[in-house]
Amino acid sequence: MPEVLKAPLVLEFPFTRSLGPIQSAFLTGLRERVVLGVKTGDGRTLVPPVEYDPVTAEEIRDLVQVAATGTVTTWAWNHEPRRGQPLDTPFAWVLVRLDGADTALLHALDAPGPDAVRTGMRVRVRWAEERTGAITDIACFEPYEGDGDGDEERQPAAHTGEFEDMVTGIVAPARLDYVYSPGRAQTDYIHALSGQRTVGERCPTCRKVYVPPRGACPTCGVATAEHVEVGPRGTVTTFCIVNIKAKNLDIEVPYVYAHIALDGADLALHGRIGGIPYDQVRMGLRVEAVWSEGGRYPDHYRPTGEPDADYDAYKELL
Amino acid sequence: MQGADVMREIAVVAFAQTDHRRTTDELSEVEMLMPVLHGVLEQTGLKTADIDFTCSGSSDYLAGRAFSFTLALDGVGAWPPISESHVEMDGAWALYEAWTKLLTGDADTALVYSYGKSSPGSVRDVLTRQLDPYYVAPLWPDSVALAALQAQALIDAGDTDEPALAAVAARSRTDASANSHAQVRGSVPQGDYVVRPLRTGDCPPIGDGAAAVILAAGDRARELCRRPAWIKGIDHRIEAHGLGVRELTDSPSARLAAEKAGAFERPVDTAELHAPFTAQEVVLRKALRLGDDVRVNPSGGTLAANPVMAAGLIRIGEAAARIHRGESDRALAHATSGPCLQQNLVAVLEGDPR
Repeated sequence: MPEVLKAPLVLEFPFTRSLGPIQSAFLTGLRERVVLGVKTGDGRTLVPPVEYDPVTAEEIRDLVQVAATGTVTTWAWNHEPRRGQPLDTPFAWVLVRLDGADTALLHALDAPGPDAVRTGMRVRVRWAEERTGAITDIACFEPYEGDGDGDEERQPAAHTGEFEDMVTGIVAPARLDYVYSPGRAQTDYIHALSGQRTVGERCPTCRKVYVPPRGACPTCGVATAEHVEVGPRGTVTTFCIVNIKAKNLDIEVPYVYAHIALDGADLALHGRIGGIPYDQVRMGLRVEAVWSEGGRYPDHYRPTGEPDADYDAYKELL
Repeated sequence: MQGADVMREIAVVAFAQTDHRRTTDELSEVEMLMPVLHGVLEQTGLKTADIDFTCSGSSDYLAGRAFSFTLALDGVGAWPPISESHVEMDGAWALYEAWTKLLTGDADTALVYSYGKSSPGSVRDVLTRQLDPYYVAPLWPDSVALAALQAQALIDAGDTDEPALAAVAARSRTDASANSHAQVRGSVPQGDYVVRPLRTGDCPPIGDGAAAVILAAGDRARELCRRPAWIKGIDHRIEAHGLGVRELTDSPSARLAAEKAGAFERPVDTAELHAPFTAQEVVLRKALRLGDDVRVNPSGGTLAANPVMAAGLIRIGEAAARIHRGESDRALAHATSGPCLQQNLVAVLEGDPR
């Protein structure tokens, strides 16, 4: 059995998210170095604020300003920061209850080591130099030995939540790295393609030949393993004419995309039809694979010149 | 939901799981899944065509592909067309959906399966994508970090300490010695801090695996299984997503789910808890009022094998299998999802009196 294939797979999205009125006020506030919370029906102050009361589900809109100083309610020392985390030097994850708030905010605490961190310690916000209206406008927290100005007892002050040039959305980039392996059956298929052969697998129960094979018969739900070489010729079972040019795809429109039943296969695969004007492609057209130089799969399929296949020969494969 | 008199009797009648392993590169998801599907069908003598309803649990973020569960359907044999559903959650929640389907009377048998391969990506990072996307996910707090915050809160509250957590880890992996499917078994060093106060030994192994169960109603269950594991009650509850809003040293959602499932009506002899981190077992024992006389995680639990998306279903399966074997008469099975036990499902299973 050939070695199972593996390849890097990177998923990366710049998620664009719109903000509701409360999130907009909170994140715009961070840009202006103002921390806002929201009052619930039972008089608690939630920081970070949400739009609905977590207990009653009532809409809540009464914004208040709380202090940029607070108390650590729990912590965890992170000696190996990971990509995307707030600091790239060892730091503590902390939940911080800001003065005037009744709930805690998750962020990072910049401290020299775990011995310098404890639950109950006093901290303050370290603002990011460049602020855009995002949770990362808080660069992190830092230890703070206040001058006893009574911040701990500070009552939150009402705030309109209005600022110049409100932030109404965030772009949250996300990247995840994988090493993808297609498993045994698809590895065999891809290896065969590299030798310009198309290999399917036969179901031991219903005897149908599946191509591309995925290691299971979708009808019988049993494992497939028997290799069957199919093609290289086949029959167009159905097709469509593509009139919209795909980004980064160097194919002139219109072109034809077709289901092709390779000889010996019981499942049609799909591919592009070339070497014939788009308006002359038809069901039953006999075609064969055309491989480009160094190509790892057929570039397209072209007519073989044989007479068209009988409808009865492929009607089960549409 | 509590088992009232008017409800149909529904039981777990078969359970199968893979050997859980760090990597399964040579297998696609469907190739990994098929042996457990065949396993539960063989145990009951049922064929795919005999199954009235099929429900699965898995995660696209784990697979790194959209609609990844559709490929796994090839292993079920979805032709001629079947009645099928999927939850983007642990298979325990797929089982809950199947249970409600059987309750309606629309189905007498159900196949429930779930699977996850954590090996292709970094599961610590992948799980950050289930967090609040505005205030939390942009900071990329990984799953171990969030569990460590909960562990420190418990230590500060005097509910546990590091030696007690190490004892949970040691007991779990010693118990797993008798579980041939487990990934980590026997004596394992507690190791260095991953995120303090949690050490390697406090964290679950990362690995791949799958599980399947068959549910059946009433007399159909008695035909298919010598000693069915009757689901006397099952319920699931969720808490606020804001970590700073929740009381991390307790699990009110687990307690409420247990109460609604009838877990407190009579003592249980066994509890299979989905506690991926040692400290979470401390929280759950308290919330679920489990005394020292209850056998907790005889399988080794999630500290011995944690195939994400299947680990919760496996708790139900392990509890049911003990009833099938006559090793338990009344068992509690628990599944969780989300950071720091945010969502909790509790099922109470019973065997007929012997």
